[in-house]
Amino acid sequence: MNDIRTRIKLEDTELLNTTSTNFPGNYPGYDDRLNLDEFRKNLQIQISHLDNTTTEFDIIGIDASITNAFRRILIAELPSMAIEKVHVTENSSVLPDDVLAHRLGLIPLRANARLFVDKTPGDTKEHEDDTLVFKLKATCKKNPKATDGNDDPKNLYINSSVYTEHMEWIPIGNQATKFKMDDVGPVFNDILVVKLRPGQEIDLKLVCHKGIGRDHAKFSPVCTASYRLMPEIVLKKPIYDKDAEQLQKCFTQGVIELEDDNNGRRHAVVSKPRLDMCSREALRYPELKDRIELNKIRDHFIFSIESAGALSPDQLFIDSIKLLMSKCDRLLQEIDGNTNN
Amino acid sequence: MQSNDYVKLQVCPVDDNTNAKLTVGAPNLSFIIRDEDHTLGNSLRYVIMKNPDVDFCGYTIPHPSESKINFRIQSKINNDSTSTPAIDIFRQGLVDLKQMCSIVLEKYEETVKTFKDMETN
Repeated sequence: MNDIRTRIKLEDTELLNTTSTNFPGNYPGYDDRLNLDEFRKNLQIQISHLDNTTTEFDIIGIDASITNAFRRILIAELPSMAIEKVHVTENSSVLPDDVLAHRLGLIPLRANARLFVDKTPGDTKEHEDDTLVFKLKATCKKNPKATDGNDDPKNLYINSSVYTEHMEWIPIGNQATKFKMDDVGPVFNDILVVKLRPGQEIDLKLVCHKGIGRDHAKFSPVCTASYRLMPEIVLKKPIYDKDAEQLQKCFTQGVIELEDDNNGRRHAVVSKPRLDMCSREALRYPELKDRIELNKIRDHFIFSIESAGALSPDQLFIDSIKLLMSKCDRLLQEIDGNTNN
Repeated sequence: MQSNDYVKLQVCPVDDNTNAKLTVGAPNLSFIIRDEDHTLGNSLRYVIMKNPDVDFCGYTIPHPSESKINFRIQSKINNDSTSTPAIDIFRQGLVDLKQMCSIVLEKYEETVKTFKDMETN
């Protein structure tokens, strides 16, 4: 019974018990009502990795619907700054204007979107609190100091490849005092924007706005945010020798270890189920199929966030929790406002 | 970002010819929530289903091109024919969801702080 409530069973042709059913009234003898103190006691967060770009942590004791809400907010609803308009003074490169503008829009920018406001629709002026402006100007010329015999374009031409390091920030209004030169700009300096040959030049003004991922994927602050459930492998009966080796081969290295027991035989032991990628390969072998059970633990999520560079991933997760809270607040405001009328 | 100059939450009019004022205490209500999707819908549905006074709770997205959800709550009718008003259940669900998020936030910030302190040592 506890298995139906807490585990997703992986069979060879189907998955069972995937939805949470622990609501009041479903199971006689269980009180499943929401108890926030129990929730606070049972919730565990364990960080296995955290640095400026990626983080991986375990969140245990929470339901999939809320974890999924965090994931969806991370991808689609957290704001960030990206190049939205490109004013083209000169573009004689091989890329048409729209293709070049599309590439520029996808460049991740190092700018804290919280310090900017959304642009009011229809407003074409550039205000210091809602816009960032960059200049990208490059002309390709023949390199007079080229060494003979070297056909590499970097040797033959100057500026044959335009990288994001050629983008120059133009502060407007009080931005020069608010932000330091290092705070604003592309996250990486070596992203190739366009390739040029002698005679070709680009002269562009790049205007950045604040937006959310739901509008365009360029505004998503994460490379991606995803989670998987913690796998569980249960050996119903002991598995020895040849079968144990076969079992070890069915999983990723490190999941199953072989241990020598006192009778001189080697039996299989589950050592790191976390590494398992749930391929269910072991269920394809009839001699192993009935002796193991493959499950996923329904409320244990291994969450992985990779930031696109503007904000650190732990800050992004915190922002996504706060955004879900502000959604609730907004609705509460409406309810309380209406019941007063 | 949410702007405050449009109505986000509306109640679907009750079918039988009742006065609009009576819907306030009604046990069964359907809400239309604008500019929301599964993010809020599924998590709110889960929290409201955990309420023992709820008989039925579900949400649907009428058309994927329109960004709104229909959220329905039906509350249990007790032996003495009283029932909790659906609007109160909805409000409690929002409060509970907010509380759950703040518990997660607290634990996460604590864990990050411990992790960073351990790293520097």
